Amino acid sequence: MTSELRDLYQQVILDHNRKPRNFRTLPDPSRTAEGYNPLCGDRLTVEIALDGEMIRDIGFQGSGCAISKASASMMTADLKGRTVAEAEQVFERFRAMLTQDGSETELGKLGVFAGVREFPSRIKCATLAWHTVHAALAGTAEPVTTE
Amino acid sequence: MKAPATELDVRKDFPILHQEVHGRPLVYLDSAATSQKPQMVIDALADYYARDNANVHRGVHRLSERATEAYEGARARIQRFLKAAHPREIIFVRGTTEGINLVAQTYGRRTVGPGDEVVITALEHHSNIVPWQMLCEEKGAVLRVVPIGDAGEVDVDAYERLLGGRTRLVAVAHVSNALGTVVPVKRMIEAAHRRGIAVLVDGAQAAPHLRVDVRDLDCDFYTFSGHKTYGPTGIGVLYGKSELLEAMPPFLGGGDMIKSVSFEKTVYNDLPYKFEAGTPDIAGAIGLGAALQYLEGLGLDRIAAHEHALLVYGTERLSSLPGLRLVGTAREKASVLSFLVEGVHAHDVGSILDREGIAVRTGHHCAMPVMTRFDIAATTRASLGLYNRAEDIDALIEGLARVREIFG
Repeated sequence: MTSELRDLYQQVILDHNRKPRNFRTLPDPSRTAEGYNPLCGDRLTVEIALDGEMIRDIGFQGSGCAISKASASMMTADLKGRTVAEAEQVFERFRAMLTQDGSETELGKLGVFAGVREFPSRIKCATLAWHTVHAALAGTAEPVTTE
Repeated sequence: MKAPATELDVRKDFPILHQEVHGRPLVYLDSAATSQKPQMVIDALADYYARDNANVHRGVHRLSERATEAYEGARARIQRFLKAAHPREIIFVRGTTEGINLVAQTYGRRTVGPGDEVVITALEHHSNIVPWQMLCEEKGAVLRVVPIGDAGEVDVDAYERLLGGRTRLVAVAHVSNALGTVVPVKRMIEAAHRRGIAVLVDGAQAAPHLRVDVRDLDCDFYTFSGHKTYGPTGIGVLYGKSELLEAMPPFLGGGDMIKSVSFEKTVYNDLPYKFEAGTPDIAGAIGLGAALQYLEGLGLDRIAAHEHALLVYGTERLSSLPGLRLVGTAREKASVLSFLVEGVHAHDVGSILDREGIAVRTGHHCAMPVMTRFDIAATTRASLGLYNRAEDIDALIEGLARVREIFG
């Protein structure tokens, strides 16, 4: 197996794919958004319960590839308890890591997605959930797409 | 199972196949998306630009004569390839998509009115759905869809029941791009003609694999793409029966499609030029002619037999893998092996195979209603061309073992 594949499909990503965290609907979401990747048909819905500026709870539903599902799962784990401003900051860093030579050092566990950089056609899979959260926090009514 | 003996040994004709991808020999299993080009086609394009390039049907000079001769020679070859009655029934378009849109926007707009119906099937590619939706929306007409069964076969009885007094047109794929089903278009055309309904056949996935005879099928329109038929991109063919084409209004207006123009009255040109406004893709047409010459040189029946043996071999090998499910198991199929790997999304399968040097298509294959029909989001599709061999199937099987290794 190539080392790029090993870097892409790390155990932690495969684990989140098999057992996604926060894979549920919220009883009282204050924000909801839908994400769609027309290229592969991946769809997901993110729900966020805000407590003032703080993300008190976050969940997601949908279907997708291992990368998009693991990314959504790990994103929700990371964002719970963060403020809206912090969430936007993490999104920026995450995107920079995948699309430029941004560093993974400040991203903690999310750094496992650095391997996606070697798979240009898969970057949108990793960022779909983040785009969706961004739209939810901005209160966008239209479903976001990765295109 | 024993690998079939290779019927055709043509890999030497396809320079692109002799390369490594991610350090592994390229295994190209995506011919349904686009086929690779034999050296003969590449040479035809280069020779045309190096020797004969000029505009067609205009110049009195030698180069223009040569370009026109080569362009019209390609048309005549396509006429023979499709067994059409006249070269004037062969219209050059950009591809199947444009061929379908041309018919929808000319014949369709003339024929379909409010409350009328256009019939398609549930296995169509988006390009044989959306142009009809656009037409129906404009005209207040209704799009009726023939269902398919669990094997991916068109329910022909349901089709016959759908044909009614308001049906104005049937549009159907000859071979499904997502499932590989060979559709019994001849029987469907007969049923439509008994009621005086015209039929368009989308031959994009059939022309590269089957012997097509438009007069035997008796279809009213047949369209296919050059690039899936071992020819260049940007060129395709619309065949139409003369009497229908004669009665149809032009599609695009411009140069070459007219006999005379004044501000008071313009007289349209004869067939096929009435439908070829503007400078056509001359090189593309000549390249497509070369591709069909190549196919005829090999023999269309030999190509079909070779691909069929590979398809049978691939079907058996894939079926023997635990956790693998083929989508599209029609009795009559061509070229396509669409499948699901249990617990693994098609995109992940595709990325892993790519690192093994294997090119497949993953996703909805521009046939989202087919995915909905099978309640799935995406499949992995391996599709065969005449240059594939049993080793390519073996490589795919090994690649799928890597997928299992990673995903457990």
